[in-house]
Amino acid sequence: MTTAPPADQRSPGLAELERAFDTAVAAEERIEPRDWMPDAYRATLVRQIAQHAHSEIIGMQPEANWITRAPSLRRKAILTAKVQDEAGHGLYLYSAAETLGVSRDELLDKLHAGRQRYSSIFNYPTLTWADVGAIGWLVDGAAITNQVPLCRCSYGPYARAMVRICKEESFHQRQGYELLLALSRGTEAQHAMAQDAVDRWWWPSLMMFGPPDDRSAHSAQSMEWKIKRHSNDELRQRFVDICVPQAESLGLSLPDPELRWNEERGRHDFGAIDWEEFSQVLKGNGPCNEQRITQRRRAHEEGAWVREAASAHAAKRRARATAAIGDTTATGDTAPPTATPNGATTP
Amino acid sequence: MTPAEPPPAPVAGTTAVAPRLVGDEATAALMLGDDALILSHRLAEWTGHAPALEEDVALANISLDLLGQARTLFSLVGDEDELAYLRGERDFRNVQLVEQPNGDFAHTIARQLYFSLAQEIRYTAVVGTDGCPTPIRELAAKAVKETAYHRDHATEWTLRLGDGTDESHARMRRGLEVMWRHTGELFAAVPGLPLDDAALRENWLTALEAVLGEATLPLPQGPDADAWTAGGGREGIHTEPFGFLLAEMQHLHRSHPGATW
Ligand SMILES: [Fe+2]
Ligand SMILES: [Fe+2]
Repeated sequence: MTTAPPADQRSPGLAELERAFDTAVAAEERIEPRDWMPDAYRATLVRQIAQHAHSEIIGMQPEANWITRAPSLRRKAILTAKVQDEAGHGLYLYSAAETLGVSRDELLDKLHAGRQRYSSIFNYPTLTWADVGAIGWLVDGAAITNQVPLCRCSYGPYARAMVRICKEESFHQRQGYELLLALSRGTEAQHAMAQDAVDRWWWPSLMMFGPPDDRSAHSAQSMEWKIKRHSNDELRQRFVDICVPQAESLGLSLPDPELRWNEERGRHDFGAIDWEEFSQVLKGNGPCNEQRITQRRRAHEEGAWVREAASAHAAKRRARATAAIGDTTATGDTAPPTATPNGATTP
Repeated sequence: MTPAEPPPAPVAGTTAVAPRLVGDEATAALMLGDDALILSHRLAEWTGHAPALEEDVALANISLDLLGQARTLFSLVGDEDELAYLRGERDFRNVQLVEQPNGDFAHTIARQLYFSLAQEIRYTAVVGTDGCPTPIRELAAKAVKETAYHRDHATEWTLRLGDGTDESHARMRRGLEVMWRHTGELFAAVPGLPLDDAALRENWLTALEAVLGEATLPLPQGPDADAWTAGGGREGIHTEPFGFLLAEMQHLHRSHPGATW
């Protein structure tokens, strides 16, 4: 609390609230929307949940890219359901952010204006069908490693959203693995397609855990607030340790000549990550940054007339319902107003 | 709506072997299956492009229901992937309506309204008609519940767009007109399904007029088929965009003959 003003300059109420908050967090109690929370805690959560929600919906694009070309009806069904799940994750997370007082529209505007980020991984292209498997196995896999600890996040609505999301992500991960396995054991061309995809997605997946601990801007405070539980490097190491035996079972190699078991540490050593590439993609210079945000904006802009129609229609219905109540009151009729036809609701 | 009475359970002892249809009954399964597959594909094209996240979810949902129906229907005839990926354009028997490009959201909703009403009416009739093949009746009994949701979705949006803003009204009207041309064959007789198609079409028109009336939209007055394509889809005559749809859908599968996925 080095940034807090001296105690004598603060209202005693505020100091007490802060103490209660700190105690609750330290005791692993959940902070709920109506509880008092420090402004910086709220801002950190909004930033993180928004980025997470944006990642879910931008993440739909690289995979939806293959729905219309899926090579079997079974795979097409699995992939469509997966991309639909990601839209659902976006919805849960925007709702979690709304409990902190920011609307989905506000957050989408910030995304579209480039003022809020989404996970950089989605700025890479899906060039072949095997990329769908590599994303499921590696990207959903990395997301799970990152997100399982968030199920214990100190902020209640975020933690609860993460419980639902993690269950579905683990399905996605298994489906991706199974897709790659089918390719790896398939024809020579299919095996090569799987290996090529893993070669392209491995390093970007490791970057998903964020910069190394000594360069991570928000980590320390987030750990103290129990929004974050483990450091970036620790999570990355866990992910590598999980993936190595899985790659072996898949019959695919990981593109890192320095990857080997370290007996002493009981963990895998791995090669240096190209942080220059990471920062370039973060800055907007990845292969698909422009394309992803343009498609998002276009869907939003082209859908504006639809959303306007839905609100206009809902307003008309409310006005009619009010008028109907007014009529019955005026005539002294006690019958309830007729139900809205078809029970329409705004989207 | 109240769920339709399921058809009688299959005779004991037949469950181990998947029922196979032949002749007209196989044609019926293919026609209904192709309708479901192709519309599912078109709806899936919306994923990530919908006007609101809720619609990304809803359209994917409907797409998945239809894909499930297509897979069941194909399994009554042969291998689902051979049927989906290895037939040429002239072998597909879907109505032309379902292959029409998505257009704007109103075009898609117009196509959904016409089709989901027709599909619900036909499935309901199939369930209640003894002369229809048992496995198709079983599929219809399950699918009719999904279709009721699809019809609700299309109806709600027709009301919102028709009775929303001036712009949405104009777009919905245009969507209805553009898709209308392809509605003529919706109730063309399907071999293997002994239904009173003319009566079904009357039910469809009545239901459609009720929705459009409430949505303050007129029933399109133009022809519901044109001289060249009338009833074409069921004969394997399709519209130009269909070839591109198949090219996209089949390309990867056909690029690896004999591979499993
Ligand atoms: Fe997700
Ligand atoms: Fe996922």
